[in-house]
Amino acid sequence: MKVSGKAVVYGDDVNTDVIIPSKFLTLLDPTELSKHAMEGIDPKFVEKAKNGVVLVAAKNFGCGSSREQAPLALKYAGVKCVVADSFARIFYRNAINIGLPVLECPDASSQIEEGDLLSINLDEGLIVNETNKRVIKATKLPGFILEILQDGGLIAHIKKKGGKIRDL
Amino acid sequence: MNIAEKILAFASGKDEVKPGEIIDAKVDMAMVNEITGPLAIQAFKEIGTPKVWDRNRVVMVLDHQVPADSVKSAELHKIMRAFAKEQEIPFFYDVGYGGVCHQVMVEKGHVCPGELVVGADSHTCTYGAVGAFATGIGSTEMAGVFATGTIWLKVPSTIKVNITGKFQRFVTPKDVILYVIGKVGADGANYRAVEFTGPSIGNVSVSGRMTLCNMTVEMGAKTGLISPDKVTLEYIKDVTDKQFKILASDENASYEREVEVNLEKLGPQVACPHSVDNVKPVKDVEGTQIDQAFIGSCTNGRLEDLELAAKFLYGKKIAKNVRLIISPASQDVYMQALKRGLFEVFLKAGALVCNPTCGACFGGHMGLLAPGEVCVSASNRNFIGRMGSPEAKVYLASPATVAASAVAGKIVDPSTLGEA
Ligand code: SF4
Repeated sequence: MKVSGKAVVYGDDVNTDVIIPSKFLTLLDPTELSKHAMEGIDPKFVEKAKNGVVLVAAKNFGCGSSREQAPLALKYAGVKCVVADSFARIFYRNAINIGLPVLECPDASSQIEEGDLLSINLDEGLIVNETNKRVIKATKLPGFILEILQDGGLIAHIKKKGGKIRDL
Repeated sequence: MNIAEKILAFASGKDEVKPGEIIDAKVDMAMVNEITGPLAIQAFKEIGTPKVWDRNRVVMVLDHQVPADSVKSAELHKIMRAFAKEQEIPFFYDVGYGGVCHQVMVEKGHVCPGELVVGADSHTCTYGAVGAFATGIGSTEMAGVFATGTIWLKVPSTIKVNITGKFQRFVTPKDVILYVIGKVGADGANYRAVEFTGPSIGNVSVSGRMTLCNMTVEMGAKTGLISPDKVTLEYIKDVTDKQFKILASDENASYEREVEVNLEKLGPQVACPHSVDNVKPVKDVEGTQIDQAFIGSCTNGRLEDLELAAKFLYGKKIAKNVRLIISPASQDVYMQALKRGLFEVFLKAGALVCNPTCGACFGGHMGLLAPGEVCVSASNRNFIGRMGSPEAKVYLASPATVAASAVAGKIVDPSTLGEA
């Protein structure tokens, strides 16, 4: 799987309350949700993301609540992949389950700047920063997680597997 | 093996598991509330499996916005009711029956020692208080659990928190967990389990243990847990007659690291805006003016917490510049507090007692903050905008600190005050 896009960069500990504030959790339509993505931290985000971006963050991205509305809002706002030094675990799983690629990369925040063009190879766990021509190594995703992403998320994946999540 | 490893080994039918290993485990109980449930229901319908894997293992709770505070919330409640009816879920807690989901799960006996429990809410880790491995998941993942009764998990490494010494006056488990979060950091336990142990854990009630385990997610933990002991078993026998297996850490279990808490030296703690790991002794922020004080939530809305608060409010009046909002964590807690006369103490002091709900804790309803306002809260998160305006400030503290501060009109150290 390959994705590319310009980087929008944030710092440490971006929590789910700022990714999608609680007052919007009653919205069930992801397109409606996406209009408020990152509203708690960057009111310009929706405008920036609309043509497709890679969201880059430092450590502990997505900490806080289990709201799946957070990765959903990002995905529908135009985020093609989230790359962070590290993730909070529930956000990480949620993103995979709704089919939003996530890549953990300890050097992300130090090697990527706002506006850099990134080409990402998820199968290899490699990020090419086309702007400064550097290759950054990320943590490779396990095979079955790549498969879930390739299928477009957990629901499509379970359907394809005939009611199972993994082959045992 | 430690308790986390033992439970995951048991749930995945293995003799042994090691940190880092990915397992496929059987789920004992699954919980959704009205914020995460409707999305899970939607996703479950998309999978196309007609019935949940085991209707007796699903618990559904309305708690975040009860009673419905808007037409949109009412619609979410309606979706939950319809699904509970269609699937014949026996454990559906409607308005007036349950309370905050995590409190309901434990006090209604839905969680037993040794079980693997998943909940579509980050504070699901609370149930480690009774020796279960409980972790928060998202809605789509829950749909997968509804359909299959299984989940894949990576076995976490475990941080051991060793608690020694005697609690000082008006110092509570909340102060312990705030102190630990301050030491470990907001991401210091990411992907890990946190186990509380040591000679003093036997003196902590299940209520206090719930407070400890509840906030482990605030340092990124997958779960917080405590090996079952006399205290656990005494509690469990009163709430359920389900069969269960006692799994506890071996003497020689291995841990990634250890954190020491010496209660002899621990005073009241507070997490300052806007991060849960920005922890200081209450003394350092004494005198900070407040506008609102809140006691409630899955962290500190239990009977023990309300009784402690009442000690500071008995025969006193809340400061003129402050409003104190109290929300018992469940209908059961509400009833017990009523019987013990706590509400009379609260009402005479000028507090507002509301129904059991998440309400103010997540800035949903029942007491949001205006720009520039300051709140001292017994809940668990002080993120920007969590309790209302992004320009408000939240200090997290124990119910003792919150109640004492409400009377003083500013943040005060309860341990320096005389008892009423
Ligand atoms: S009381 Fe607060 S932290 Fe607990 S479940 Fe409700 S919103 Fe979440």
